[in-house]
Amino acid sequence: MTKMHQPLSRISRRSLLKAGGALVVSIGMPIAFDTVLRIGEAFAQGARPPLTPEQLSSYIAINADGTISAFLGKTDMGQGLFVAIGQMVAEELDVPFKAVTVIMGDTASSVNQGGASGSTGIQRGGRQLRMAAAEARRVLVEMAAARLGLPADALTVTDGVVHAKADASKKSSYAELIGGRYFNVELNWNKEYDNALYAPGKAQPKDWREHKIVGQPIAREDIAPKVYAQQDFCTDIKRPGMMHGRMIRPAVAGSVPVKIDESSIRDIPGTRVVWEKGFLGVVADKEWDAIKAAQKLKVEWSEAKPPFPDQTALYDHIRSAAVRKREVGGKETGNVDEAFKTAARVIEAEYEWPFQSHASMGPASAVVEIKDGQATLWTGSQKPHYARDGIAAMLHMPVDNVRAIWVPGPGSYGRNDAGDAAMDAAVLAKAAGRPVRVQYTRAQATGWDPKGPASIHRARAAIDASGNVVAYEFTSKGFSRLDVFSREGKPPDTLAGQLMGVAIRSGDAFRVPEESYEFANKRLAWETIAPLLGRASPLRTSHLRDPVGPQVHFASESFMDEVAAALGLDPIEFRLRHVKAGRDVAVIKAAAEKAGWRARPSPRKDQTGNTVSGRGIAYAQRSGTRVAIVAEVDIDRASGKIWARKFTVAHDCGQIINPDGLTHTIEGNIVQGTSRTLWEEVKFDANNVTSVDWMTYPILDIAESPETIDLVLINHPEVLPSGAGEPSTRPVAAAIANAIFDATGVRIRRVPFSPDRVKQALS
Amino acid sequence: MARIDLDVNGKLHTIDVDADMPLLYALRNELSLNNPHFGCGLAQCGACTVHVDGQAVRSCMTPVSAVGNSKVVTLAGLGTPEKPHPVQKAFVEEQVPQCGYCLNGWIMTAAAFLERTKKPSDAQIREALSGLKCRCGTHMGILRAVKRAATMMG
Repeated sequence: MTKMHQPLSRISRRSLLKAGGALVVSIGMPIAFDTVLRIGEAFAQGARPPLTPEQLSSYIAINADGTISAFLGKTDMGQGLFVAIGQMVAEELDVPFKAVTVIMGDTASSVNQGGASGSTGIQRGGRQLRMAAAEARRVLVEMAAARLGLPADALTVTDGVVHAKADASKKSSYAELIGGRYFNVELNWNKEYDNALYAPGKAQPKDWREHKIVGQPIAREDIAPKVYAQQDFCTDIKRPGMMHGRMIRPAVAGSVPVKIDESSIRDIPGTRVVWEKGFLGVVADKEWDAIKAAQKLKVEWSEAKPPFPDQTALYDHIRSAAVRKREVGGKETGNVDEAFKTAARVIEAEYEWPFQSHASMGPASAVVEIKDGQATLWTGSQKPHYARDGIAAMLHMPVDNVRAIWVPGPGSYGRNDAGDAAMDAAVLAKAAGRPVRVQYTRAQATGWDPKGPASIHRARAAIDASGNVVAYEFTSKGFSRLDVFSREGKPPDTLAGQLMGVAIRSGDAFRVPEESYEFANKRLAWETIAPLLGRASPLRTSHLRDPVGPQVHFASESFMDEVAAALGLDPIEFRLRHVKAGRDVAVIKAAAEKAGWRARPSPRKDQTGNTVSGRGIAYAQRSGTRVAIVAEVDIDRASGKIWARKFTVAHDCGQIINPDGLTHTIEGNIVQGTSRTLWEEVKFDANNVTSVDWMTYPILDIAESPETIDLVLINHPEVLPSGAGEPSTRPVAAAIANAIFDATGVRIRRVPFSPDRVKQALS
Repeated sequence: MARIDLDVNGKLHTIDVDADMPLLYALRNELSLNNPHFGCGLAQCGACTVHVDGQAVRSCMTPVSAVGNSKVVTLAGLGTPEKPHPVQKAFVEEQVPQCGYCLNGWIMTAAAFLERTKKPSDAQIREALSGLKCRCGTHMGILRAVKRAATMMG
């Protein structure tokens, strides 16, 4: 049985449960039969309670055969979240891991827990499922107590069977107690949705010392179906009568179609143009015909002023652009401005990070079917609940008449192009009057997805006469990370909405470094500027894995290295003087020890020849998780090519639910982080984004993979788990930059470290 | 439109399509074989890779009419859970993919490579797989799995 079923429909879920629907009557019960019935009725019912956050049935159901369905309003993007959730649920319910099936991302079976978001799958989603499972166990034990005529505290549970501690023959299984019926139990919901949703019951979860399933390296069962081509992805969804859609985007960003010559595609059978204001697509019975029609359709576009500056002037633009919003993160410590006035020496540096693309493995696709007043969306969007809300708004339908079904997509690291494809499919399906599958092209995926923002980062440190850091100031300035909201739900946040003229707004958000450096005077701040093009921009920004975390910590952790070097200190020694949080210190020490770090200042000066090597450290926190990375790199001075040969990663995310999943997750983050550091930069000219494929948006090739990624997984079972989906991507760029400096004495302050740039910096 | 015979995963099919349509769309739509994926349509990523007479070929840029009598094998035809190809077995054992969308490229390319290269060095494996794309960054797992498969294939 795969642990990650295609989500069940509301109806099929009911029929699944119905199999053992009658009340179970036991014989020889020592208490009055009607008492048992009353307790049974209090806790269980045949019809499903409303799918609302305060219902236990919205998270946990015991099927007729005693297996468990766990309903998660989050989605797994391939890091094995559902395995970890299954472990947490099985642990609390005292059932074998194999008994639990986690059903994710179907708006008909789960409440809105925020979808994939901010590495909170376990941290928030898991916490809620853990509390729900603990409550389910408590209720089941109470039901059994009534049936067996024993006090609840005389009972325990083994493999889904409640029995007397003293006599295992006095027992009642979960299947007997409630199998096939729904819990009718209310939880104490905090009235929040999304990541903040929390609805505990009366039960406390187990003490970590009792954990048997949590902490085990259980394998993912969705891998074999993928490897044997037995599992459909979003792109594979087919519906009866379905048409194929393709979108048409302008050559000059901001221009809109003003004239369409439909006769230009008349010779292609079964095609139709869908044109509404700026929205332009084609649908066809056959996919190949849709592709041909999209290429062949004659379109006259409005004159649009080229919206973008010369790319070489991008960082100057950011420097000089008006600040739209400024925010100081946390509280300023001391008086930074005064401290700089009295400094004996000031160290300053500025860093730059480009726009980056999700460039998901496959361009987004989506299918929408509208039938009998109901709309159904199949989407790879990591936030299907919000995609449902958005489509309901766009189609002017009640939310309850729209269902979104998440189906594994071609990779997702935030708000990629999936949300736009979902909305495009809805508009096309409505116009066509038939189900439509829209499939983006590679140029649309890389060229038109929401981007990670470009930014500059200024850091300065005030040093007193004895060489102590007395003040530190760090300020980021860049495009907001939320030109379109990451929830991808509302029409203004999608290309379709923007092209059809809905009012838009660009939100202001960035972030400051997350660390525990203590200085007498310290200020961390960010400033945002307006987007280059307000409407339907291929450079609109949104969340890309660890939103602006790599940017900010590339700069802040490079700068700490610069200060250490300026003071003639070993980079780790310098950090340990100022980093104060105990778990932060522990990851730094663990990475250093595992990497065999020997204290000395950077740069090393003992290398001649073309290939030189260096080592660098960087560390960061992220929402409770701490990561320290030692990178060891080789640099070919002649070509400027960097090989990030070895990484040593110390990772502390509190309690580890599944070390195997965690290992794979961190490895992926390190490789993707290396890719973003060494290669990734969205190119554009005055008219449009020119990064439109893998040649113009290169990523790390497998031949450039590290030789080794060594991990130190620090487990704190006594600490609630925090996230692991993104934190280890955060310090990668700085670790590499610091290693390059160690090897060469040259500080590279602009990402990516492409061969040309490195060669230039070294010359 | 042209009538074209295709030998796919050991079965003969006759389809009526544009001769210049890429093989990928014939496999996915006419034959309902979902496993080769559309990744770029430019032969730059490998998500659409199939075997044509044992060679790893990017089906997104191979005109369906160019296949002729050649035998096409897709990921679904390479092996099954009951009779896995060693590369598939190794990918499961090493728990390689995250999203898994790119798998056709890696598995089909590695299978063809290991068929003609026994006991490859690490450098040869990297070289053979170079150019394929994985966006989730599962590179380390892929290298481990292909090495494991190489051992199995002796």
